[in-house]
Amino acid sequence: MTAIARQKLEAICLPMAAILVALLLFGIFCALAGANPLGVYGSIYRAAFGQWSAWQNTLLRASPLMLSALCTALPAHLGLVIIGNEGALIMGGLGAISVGLALGTSLPPLGVQVAMALAGMLFGGVWIAIAGALRHYRGVNETIGSLLLNYIAIALLNHLVGGPMKDPSSLNKPSTFPLADLNMLGTIPGTRIHWGLVYGLVACAIAYVLMQRTTFGFAARTAGGNIRAARIAGLPVGKLTLAICFLAGSCAGLAGMVEVAAVHGRANESLNVGYGYGGILVAFVARHNPLAGALVSVLLGGILASGGILQRSHDLPDATVLVFQGIVFLCVLYSESLYGRFAIFQEREALPASRKATV
Amino acid sequence: MKPLRNPRRLPVSRRQVLRGLLAASAFGAATKLTGCTAASEGEGEGETSSGGGSEDLVVGFIYVGPKDDFGYNQAHAEGAAAIAALPGVKIVEQASVPETTEVQEAMREMIDIDGATLLFPTSFGYFDPHILELAAEYPDVQFFHAGGLYEDGMPDNIGSYFGYIDEAQYIAGIVAAYTTATKKLGFVAAKPIPQAIRNINSFTLGARSIDPEITTQLVFTGEWVEPVKEAEAVNSMVDQGIDVITCHVDSPKVVMETAERRGVYTSGYHANQAELAPEGYLTGAEWDWTSIYTQYVEWSQAGDTLMNGGIPHIVRGGLESGFWKLSPFGPAVSDEAQQAVEAIKEQFADGSIAIYKGEIKDNEGNVQIEADKEFDQKAVELETMDWLVEGVEGKVS
Repeated sequence: MTAIARQKLEAICLPMAAILVALLLFGIFCALAGANPLGVYGSIYRAAFGQWSAWQNTLLRASPLMLSALCTALPAHLGLVIIGNEGALIMGGLGAISVGLALGTSLPPLGVQVAMALAGMLFGGVWIAIAGALRHYRGVNETIGSLLLNYIAIALLNHLVGGPMKDPSSLNKPSTFPLADLNMLGTIPGTRIHWGLVYGLVACAIAYVLMQRTTFGFAARTAGGNIRAARIAGLPVGKLTLAICFLAGSCAGLAGMVEVAAVHGRANESLNVGYGYGGILVAFVARHNPLAGALVSVLLGGILASGGILQRSHDLPDATVLVFQGIVFLCVLYSESLYGRFAIFQEREALPASRKATV
Repeated sequence: MKPLRNPRRLPVSRRQVLRGLLAASAFGAATKLTGCTAASEGEGEGETSSGGGSEDLVVGFIYVGPKDDFGYNQAHAEGAAAIAALPGVKIVEQASVPETTEVQEAMREMIDIDGATLLFPTSFGYFDPHILELAAEYPDVQFFHAGGLYEDGMPDNIGSYFGYIDEAQYIAGIVAAYTTATKKLGFVAAKPIPQAIRNINSFTLGARSIDPEITTQLVFTGEWVEPVKEAEAVNSMVDQGIDVITCHVDSPKVVMETAERRGVYTSGYHANQAELAPEGYLTGAEWDWTSIYTQYVEWSQAGDTLMNGGIPHIVRGGLESGFWKLSPFGPAVSDEAQQAVEAIKEQFADGSIAIYKGEIKDNEGNVQIEADKEFDQKAVELETMDWLVEGVEGKVS
């Protein structure tokens, strides 16, 4: 077996083993909580992946996570820890609804949708680019900066939907005016999954190619590896930072646009339900690899999709699904520390060499 | 597995029971072992039928937060628990479901897997677009929603219900007025929406009906669940000399506990919070969903539906229809206050009192309700209220 094949095998086996261990731990937890672990496993499988309807549920939940995860994953290649996903998502939603309402029905629906998507990406992108600029030009810690920008975005959302953009008929749940039905993003034919899933998959694929297969991505990774070396090599670190942050934010902004255009049809506090924070989790578990991010999103989507059945069929409390999520991700993150620890995944060339020496 | 839900009712021999149990456990074992196959669709049906027989009415409840939040969700869960005890009713519940596609998925699973025919998605924000979409998709399932949002032209299988809990807040204001020494009351509210404003105004009007010098300090926290700001608000109110505090947030737990720790009186909301503040809890405006949920079940068991016109699309009311109740009085409530409350309650029960009766000024001095005017609880002006009555210290925006 070649070294690369071994590495790949290790990268597949370790997370799988981590998930198995997590299932075991969660089973013990369920047994302590008074539920039959085997029954619980069966239910989780059925609710998340057991049939086409369950798959649709899982994929629906996964799609905003994929886009939001990129907001953390992309800047990570540059050595930046950005956690402003929630804020970028909200800004994207606000941008999308503003453009959608401004255009109304003056353009054909496809035109409006494209404009909304671009506006969402622009708003979200600029939001995270602000965090990047503060980092690069003023030395403000990007993690704290982007976190604080979340609060500003949430406050802005509440202000706009409660004031200037409020639809007076939305009395007890302040919201903006609704999008025209015509302009709503539909579902993928034959399913109830909206197009956000396709956006997410495409964005993950583009992000992967961009970071791994282009000179731009290489430059970014170089700057992330050693910023001083990158400067000496003549790389435009400032431009790279801004560009990557903009791209990252635009992904989360697109997720906000999808929430507005495919789910709610308007912007309101339901934009702020934690997809951003879910995305951070996904990015870290996927080790900031966009393709792995898509898979981890589906896994997390599946875990969340099983939350209902745990409550309804096993009488477990509603927080059980969070316990499950926590155990899975802790195990996966812990498994990262085990890379290189198992001889089976290592090169064996060293072994014969030492034998020769002793003979 | 519950092969026999009502063994008392069924005249079966022990042998039959044993055979049934054996078959059921074999079925259970089989499903567990083969649980990962494509047979899951049939399995879902099997569970529904073995779960309680085809006659059982399966009712689904969905909550936006935890069921034991001492607040909005707990009030609904108590109503659900009450109908679960009725014969021929099985309930399925799911808590902490956000107002996104998640609630659509939860409803769908309850219908497809658990066989629910009546759904109570209880959070206000579940209605548009989530209930509207699912109701169009499942025309045979009935959706009941707390909030009174049903309008003509919406799918026929949607019903709305809501109660005038501001009546209870008015009474709580009276109790507060009898108890306060500083004549300063506090109100912690989440958002300046008409429902909350109506509660704030009714509470204040109730207090000022006893003593017109009383004022209510108002603080909005901005979010439905914001424990840190709620605690800060209570602390700053106590520092200002306020000695009775009430609230309109999803979970009043933090408000009650903080106020109790600071040694001031509290008045509850949504559910009974007496155990959180045994010393200072005066009374509380509680939802009483038990009666309306029982009513819906009785209608359904009699064969009435929204679609055949047997169940009205909008059900709303106050004390007279059992939509709200008061928490039992705490130790600090005087006999005088209790007597005053009993008198007012009778007036609400027979509908001879109007809370919003002119002349009422807002807290900027403008006359909002003229002297000869009086608003019935159903008045649309009350449902769009965006002004605070005289005596409230605070702003809507």
